[in-house]
Amino acid sequence: MTEPAVAPALRPFEGLGRWATEFVDSLGRFGSFLAQGLAALVTPPFKLWPLLGRIHYIGFRSLIIIALTGAFTGMVLGLQIFLTLSRFGSEAFLGPAVALSLIRELGPVLAALMVTGRAGSALTAELGIMRITEQIDALTVMALSPMRYLVGPSLLAGVLTFPLMTALFDVVGIFGGYLVGVELLGLSEGTYFGEMQSFVDMADVMTGFWKSVSFGLLVTWVCTYKGFHVSRGAEGVAQATTQAVVLSSVLILVWDYFLGTVLP
Amino acid sequence: MIKVSQLRKAFNGQPVLNGIDLDVPDGSITIIIGRSGGGKSVFLKHLIGLMRPDSGRIEVNGVDLGQLRGRALDEIRKRYGVVFQSGALFDSMTCRDNVTFPLREKFRLTRASIVKRVDRALDQVGLTGIGDKYPEEVSGGMRKRVAIARALVTEPEIVFFDEPTTGLDPVLVNTIHRLILDLHRRLHFTAVVVSHEIPEIFEIADRVGMLHEGRIVELGPPAAVQASANPVVQRFIRGEPDGQA
Repeated sequence: MTEPAVAPALRPFEGLGRWATEFVDSLGRFGSFLAQGLAALVTPPFKLWPLLGRIHYIGFRSLIIIALTGAFTGMVLGLQIFLTLSRFGSEAFLGPAVALSLIRELGPVLAALMVTGRAGSALTAELGIMRITEQIDALTVMALSPMRYLVGPSLLAGVLTFPLMTALFDVVGIFGGYLVGVELLGLSEGTYFGEMQSFVDMADVMTGFWKSVSFGLLVTWVCTYKGFHVSRGAEGVAQATTQAVVLSSVLILVWDYFLGTVLP
Repeated sequence: MIKVSQLRKAFNGQPVLNGIDLDVPDGSITIIIGRSGGGKSVFLKHLIGLMRPDSGRIEVNGVDLGQLRGRALDEIRKRYGVVFQSGALFDSMTCRDNVTFPLREKFRLTRASIVKRVDRALDQVGLTGIGDKYPEEVSGGMRKRVAIARALVTEPEIVFFDEPTTGLDPVLVNTIHRLILDLHRRLHFTAVVVSHEIPEIFEIADRVGMLHEGRIVELGPPAAVQASANPVVQRFIRGEPDGQA
């Protein structure tokens, strides 16, 4: 059956409608992909080795970059906040200012962005190459679900490792701030850590925790989806990797704002 | 027994499979020939359940593949072995681990039993002792053999070969063909081979089907297909334009 001709004046609306339909369709596929990945995690047989492999791949191999960026982020915060607070004679609040900035905001966000750049891009590229070299098809025709072996373990590894890497980022960052504030600029150690204990409470820690858990799911979801649906060879892999990193980074910042408004 | 009836598939309105009818008898080697880009691999992907037809039926022992989803489809696939055009070996695993993988993941076998069956599969394809090398460290011919060993280690009833000799020199092409024939005689599986290695592939075939413009235009024993009066078949066999491989 042929489609009825569309009047020229209505063609922009036809294009808009087609775009909207495709957008909703792609959102549906994106959501369905997550549902299948999560379903593979909660239905037997459970696969431990792929999970441990992904934890090593996403978490352990990101430790150095997390520690490094955490340290310098804390040092920059220590320096800038000290200079600002000293104008008001409030240097004593350097510890809590650095800790709250890191624990509530910068730790989860920057750790997630760094892991996206290091592990997320590699995850997309790896799955993309597996797709174009028919390795994912090979798993499928062996009656072994790629969701169970590739996607589910990546999602769970993200949820497990992101909070741990955020914690590392926070701790190293706080000691970075200590290095600058106490060792270089002369604030007393007791003031730095004492005021921190007074101002930082469990709600702040939990805010950072929930952010990092959701970023872990978000990044691995986007990166596995993009890798899983690669086409058109090497160019397709490059394109998917770029899209995965850009989309993950944007979503981290948007989701961070949203969580910032709803979490205490 | 695989029975394909009026199988149709189009991409973006462009028909690729245009009403394929084909029977694959149990225990036979059926070769599908046809020009590159003519839909042979698409057809094979339908047979192994990686693509769904727009219309038509694919029956495997009386079960319509198009009606199956999830675990029901996996039950059929457990009886399959597939050798992909690229080999599709897992590049993060050694050659031996590639062969071990389907056995370890699909069956509850003892470690000793797995080792025995993997050794036997590697021996059957002439690769005893290759085990610890990664796919990127071995030649193209060896990768094909590892892929064949991986497909056969689970002792499947039906084995699909998607252009198993692409990219190999003529000596290796004949070696792989003889290997397929030899394994078929020993293991008695049903084989469907997609190939455009003319005329070498005729030596191992029980039946040859020519796919042209989305249809099987000729089907029969190799000698009958080679003697076919169909000009499309003759042009393809002789490698002439419009019927080229």
